[in-house]
Amino acid sequence: MLELRDVTLAFGEKTVLQRCSLALGAGEHLALMGPSGCGKTTLLRCALGLQTPGSGTVTCDFQRTAAVFQEPRLLPWRNALDNVLAVTGKAPAAREIALQWFEKLEIAEAAALYPEELSGGMQQRVSIARAMAMQPDFLVLDEPFKGLDEALRERVLALLNGSLKQTAVLLATHSEEEAAALGCRILRCRDGKFA
Amino acid sequence: MKALLRKLLPAAGAGLFWLAVWSLLAALVGKELLLPSPGQVLRCLVQLAAGAEFWRTVFRSIFRVLSGILAATVLGVLLAALTERSRVCRLLLAPLMTVVKSTPVASFIILALIWLGRDILPVVITGLMVLPVVWANVSAGIAGQDGKLLEMAAVYRMSRWGILRHITVPSVLPHFRAALSSALGLGWRAGIAAEVLTVPQLSIGKRIFEAKLYLETTELFAWTLTVILLSLLIERVLLRLVRAEPRRGGESHA
Repeated sequence: MLELRDVTLAFGEKTVLQRCSLALGAGEHLALMGPSGCGKTTLLRCALGLQTPGSGTVTCDFQRTAAVFQEPRLLPWRNALDNVLAVTGKAPAAREIALQWFEKLEIAEAAALYPEELSGGMQQRVSIARAMAMQPDFLVLDEPFKGLDEALRERVLALLNGSLKQTAVLLATHSEEEAAALGCRILRCRDGKFA
Repeated sequence: MKALLRKLLPAAGAGLFWLAVWSLLAALVGKELLLPSPGQVLRCLVQLAAGAEFWRTVFRSIFRVLSGILAATVLGVLLAALTERSRVCRLLLAPLMTVVKSTPVASFIILALIWLGRDILPVVITGLMVLPVVWANVSAGIAGQDGKLLEMAAVYRMSRWGILRHITVPSVLPHFRAALSSALGLGWRAGIAAEVLTVPQLSIGKRIFEAKLYLETTELFAWTLTVILLSLLIERVLLRLVRAEPRRGGESHA
């Protein structure tokens, strides 16, 4: 269960989040929508424990958290498969699961390549593979489909939707389609508040 | 092969040019006591190398200098880790390192002569020259870790060992290599200078000092040439040990 209660956060003079509250139970999917700069990413960072709110509380008792950030955040000195195994561990079962996700995300041929040898879209899919190979019970997706063409994005969305039934998902997006494809309840941002 | 030749030929050409200049100057001077020719120096070096004493001397000096470099490298890495974790430690240590870096090596040697035995002194002097370089570079490497990768590691709850292995070491390695590259030359020169001033038994420095004392200019050149060749050799070998091609300036994946 993730719960944010009355979370307020300001950067200098600018208040980004104002008394934001939300709750996310196991298997629930929630999308945060709103214009750029409205605080979606900041709220996700609070949920992930990467940002401490100025006031309010964040509690999260999910055990296995994973995230797909706006940028892939891959280790440049590890190949694609090792990027996944760096977080899942190198056990044969983990390796098997990682390779299955490479297959499903149509990047099987990229497993031995280094990030600099991959296109932006392929790097982002490696980042998705890393998150999914964790078999998370809580997944944060921050505009995760950048760099994917329309047809590929639809295939990836369908694939994720089928695989995330047991996973709590918190998605930041500008796209209603993406939110709908992942079966998300939608919270919209208004004046620094999500409702 | 062609690429290697293209790389080696200009260097060999430049080397031959300066050897020719040296030979010409030696011929013009015409006195071995003032300026021996390259041939005379090489002959002297071959004669020296034929004796077991030469190799014992060389290995003893190498041992002293490498001991200093190794100790300073380990200490420099540990101190960098400490000062990057603690602001207070950094505040305390930074001025000390600046003083060590700015003090002439001769001052250290003369001061250390009062406190230390002549056998250990070259080790300490070498270490003192290497320590600030390793500390500064490794500190920069630790401070320069990609914050976004560290956030990713936090989200995925990577262990401390995992972060060290997958993020910190690859981030620091290029800085460490740069430090080692400059520290080796520096340490080697400082170590030999310390030997010249303290003349410990079985040391290149002692042989250089004696050659100077007895006006054995050719032998002085031969020992100096030995120091230069060893410096190049040690630098190549040690850098190869920590080398392996980095990817995007990071750790080896070989």
